Amino acid sequence: MIMKTTSERNKQTTLFIGPQHPGITGNMMVKLLVEGDTVVRAETHIGYLHRAFEKLIEQRNWLQSFTLLCRFCVPEPDPMELTYARAVEAIEGREVPPRAKYIRTIVAELARIQSFLLWYGGQAGSAGLYTLGQWTVGDRNYILDLFEDLTGARIYHMYIWPGGVRRDLPKGWADKTRRVLDYLEKRLDDYNRLLFDNAVFQKRAQGVGIIPKDKALEWGVTGPPLKGTGIGNDVRKDEPYCAYGELDFDIPVYEGGDVWARALVRRDEIKQSIRIIRQALDKMPGGSYYNRIPNPMKWRLPAGEAWVKTESVRGEIGFYVVSDGTEKPRRVHLRGAAYTHGISVLEKILPGQNIADVSFILNSLGACPPEMER
Amino acid sequence: MSIIDLKGLLVPLGALKQIAKEPHTIKYPDQTKEISERYRGFHYNDLDLCIGCGNCSTICMNEAIDMVEVEDIEGKPGDSGLRPRIDYGRCCYCALCVDVCPSGSLSMTADFIKVSEDAFDFLMIPGKDNPGGKDKITFDASTDTSLNLFERVPMRELPPEERVQSFAEVFLGYTEEEARIEASRCITCGLCTENCPVHMHIPEYINAISRGDDEEAIRIIYDNNDLPEMCGKVCTRRCEDVCALQVRGEAVAIRWLKRYATERAENADMIRRIVNPEIREPNGIKVGIIGAGPAGLTAGYYLALKGYDITIYEAKSEPGGMIMYGIPKYRLPYDSIQKQVDYMKSIGVKIHFNTKVGKDISFDEIYNKHDAVFMGVGLQKGYTLGIEGEDAEGVWAAVDFLGLVNEGKRPDMGKRVVVVGGGDVSMDSSRVSRRLGAEVVQLYRRRIVDMPADDEEIEGALEEGVQIIEKAIPTRVIKDEKGRVKGMEYVRAELVPPEGGGRPRPVPIKGSETVIECDSIIAAIGQKADFGLLPEKVQNSLTFERGKIKVDDERRTGYPKLWAGGDAVKYGRVDAISAIADGFYAAESIDAYFMQVKA
Ligand SMILES: Cc1cc2nc3c(=O)[nH]c(=O)nc-3n(C[C@H](O)[C@H](O)[C@H](O)COP(=O)(O)OP(=O)(O)OC[C@H]3O[C@@H](n4cnc5c(N)ncnc54)[C@H](O)[C@@H]3O)c2cc1C
Repeated sequence: MIMKTTSERNKQTTLFIGPQHPGITGNMMVKLLVEGDTVVRAETHIGYLHRAFEKLIEQRNWLQSFTLLCRFCVPEPDPMELTYARAVEAIEGREVPPRAKYIRTIVAELARIQSFLLWYGGQAGSAGLYTLGQWTVGDRNYILDLFEDLTGARIYHMYIWPGGVRRDLPKGWADKTRRVLDYLEKRLDDYNRLLFDNAVFQKRAQGVGIIPKDKALEWGVTGPPLKGTGIGNDVRKDEPYCAYGELDFDIPVYEGGDVWARALVRRDEIKQSIRIIRQALDKMPGGSYYNRIPNPMKWRLPAGEAWVKTESVRGEIGFYVVSDGTEKPRRVHLRGAAYTHGISVLEKILPGQNIADVSFILNSLGACPPEMER
Repeated sequence: MSIIDLKGLLVPLGALKQIAKEPHTIKYPDQTKEISERYRGFHYNDLDLCIGCGNCSTICMNEAIDMVEVEDIEGKPGDSGLRPRIDYGRCCYCALCVDVCPSGSLSMTADFIKVSEDAFDFLMIPGKDNPGGKDKITFDASTDTSLNLFERVPMRELPPEERVQSFAEVFLGYTEEEARIEASRCITCGLCTENCPVHMHIPEYINAISRGDDEEAIRIIYDNNDLPEMCGKVCTRRCEDVCALQVRGEAVAIRWLKRYATERAENADMIRRIVNPEIREPNGIKVGIIGAGPAGLTAGYYLALKGYDITIYEAKSEPGGMIMYGIPKYRLPYDSIQKQVDYMKSIGVKIHFNTKVGKDISFDEIYNKHDAVFMGVGLQKGYTLGIEGEDAEGVWAAVDFLGLVNEGKRPDMGKRVVVVGGGDVSMDSSRVSRRLGAEVVQLYRRRIVDMPADDEEIEGALEEGVQIIEKAIPTRVIKDEKGRVKGMEYVRAELVPPEGGGRPRPVPIKGSETVIECDSIIAAIGQKADFGLLPEKVQNSLTFERGKIKVDDERRTGYPKLWAGGDAVKYGRVDAISAIADGFYAAESIDAYFMQVKA
């Protein structure tokens, strides 16, 4: 430890952002050491919402687990369901019917869009731009309506489960989805005018919160933050799952590593998601949507383990699932992108930044505390 | 300020044009939200359809569902009488409860708003507290979307053409894989246990089978059934009648699973090794048992385990009573019974065969020689048809005919046999006659659907070529000059609902007399008991009802230290498992009695 003179120390103050703070992305806290307006050191503190999900799941059977799993992260329950289901299927060797794979793809992409719409609100809001958030959260409701029609619930769908999906597409759902997508596509221009064309946002976002390209992979950065450094890794392309291998889409990549680049990636991802969903609707195979599991109360998986990863909204999430041959998982471990982004990456890039940009940067990383504390 | 900056300040002002737009939000309560057709709101439960199995409560990991008593709903076979109550402070609306509901009674509705200051208002009994939910059902589970597996693993069986060639067992039993899959369908609700006369631990042994622990299953099974392999093959399986899955699909094959498990123990020694029962020190108390049928054997086995000195007196030369002499071998092979009885003998049960009480040894002698007596003499005599010509040669009582065949004899039934009756015994008579090479016509007073016989038996008989004439009442046996059966005359009947309501009665249609030519006739219209073995003073102190001895819940008769059970008493139904239950509970009662005497 470096000894500081009294005068030096007196210039520095400790500041806490969160756990009660409008700019924090959930129940977490960033402890800052600041000198003037500048961050000297940052520490992420978690522990405000530990719900022992991973442990609790060990007491549930394979199916009961999934009603808890989706709650790992409010803005994106579906990738959790999807990844867990795929891990269970991998251990059991259970086939998923093609139709289910397509439906899963659509759900995962709708989840991505709705989550990005929430992100718009947070990102703009933390720059003091409140109008955009009102629009995007309002528009997000159209997607939640689609989820309601499809799954019966708006947020926690509990829809993708081992063997496929829980119910088939309702009548007319595909058309309604197409209409929502057409509307959203048009709205993206409105969003642009409020955010990317906005001088305030330009000034705040450009050159701020930079993740150096040469460090990005080393630090374990994934998702939009990684694509914003110019590296186009994406699980959907690199190790295609669901129907991604059969669909055309691009991975948006921007250079710079700053908040601006990350925001552009997300904006473009929405367009790609719309493109993916349209194709999936067009190519939707017939047949069964569900390869029936045995009676859930007596469903035993063979002993074994699986590590399965998915490109979630915030980056790569992976489930490590271990079965000891009984009705319940021996271990379910989640490794989400937020864990890296919200702790180690945040702590590395905050020093030197302005205090006012802390929330702004945090939002651009997509840090979701429940994913850090499982 | 640069040009770009100016643009960056002006463009966002475009947002102002949105002011004129309709808002996304709705004005509640003037406007209500349109709820989608699959919405998962508050539950609704069809209280009449619900069977109170509690599967909803079992799957709910939030412990939001309790099974509670509800006014005006009584338990009955196949219905626990309980109904789910949901705590909306805990419910997460995952709807797993709906997807695992076997009866399909539970669903979710479009309702989701409830305002109350009283926390208890959020404990709701769906269906009772929201009867209007019926018309707002949005999320339910059809048999396609349900998580229950409604289809049973089929049992392999011999083809009908092959069956009638011999007395080989018709059903071939589950393979290990089939048994595991079938066992995994059980939802462990226990409605079956309630309806089993001896309350076997059904969900527990099925669990063991599904886990792959057959030996544990066998141990659980032998806890209150000493003839389980027999039950695994021929039980009347009232458990399956009330299986939760049977409401919308096929009941779990409880009987076949028991058969599967018990057949893993291939001989008496293996049963002994696996069950490895705790046998109490001999207590010197002697109990005599009359009749080695299921009732007598069961009482003997469980008393022997409790340290009693057991002697069974049996008129016939083989054990088992009607399961040996009545049930045909293609349903229950000889070796299967022997194996189970050998195991009982290894526990210390002694059986004196060819010893008819009342003839070879007196009741008094047995009564005096033992500290207590259990009587399970069954129903050994068949009812007669009560029609003209019945004394002809070639007219049989079903039990006599089946007894003879089961002893290995092959009576000559001629070319065509007429069987009268609609119960299981009649089906056995018909199917055995087919195996003896005869053509079989069966007459029944009502319709096939009204037959008390097991559907499986009726189906089996039809497959094997038995012809059933419905609504036919025998009126006369026609003899030839030598006094042999030549034919059977019957009238057609029509079913008339009685005035007071109830089951329609067959009433003969005048002038519809028809004659079928035949060489033999088998009357399978019921059996009765023979209490000739009991001295007058004993008979006088017993109560009889419809030709059967009345016993209390503990199977005590009115005579001191005399217990009775099985077909000969008026308690349960007339089947093997009821006889086993009688033997089992009598054993408990006898033990309790002597415990008290000692104390
Ligand atoms: C043809 C037929 C088919 C059947 N099929 C089925 C079926 O599929 N499933 C089912 O659950 N049930 C079936 N049953 C009914 C079942 O066999 C009886 O309910 C059961 O055997 C009754 O047991 P128990 O011990 O009361 O009497 P029994 O089995 O009749 O045994 C009584 C025993 O007492 C002996 N006995 C009688 N009097 C004396 C005496 N004075 N001294 C010494 N011994 C005496 C008899 O010889 C006999 O061994 C069938 C019955 C028949 C006749």
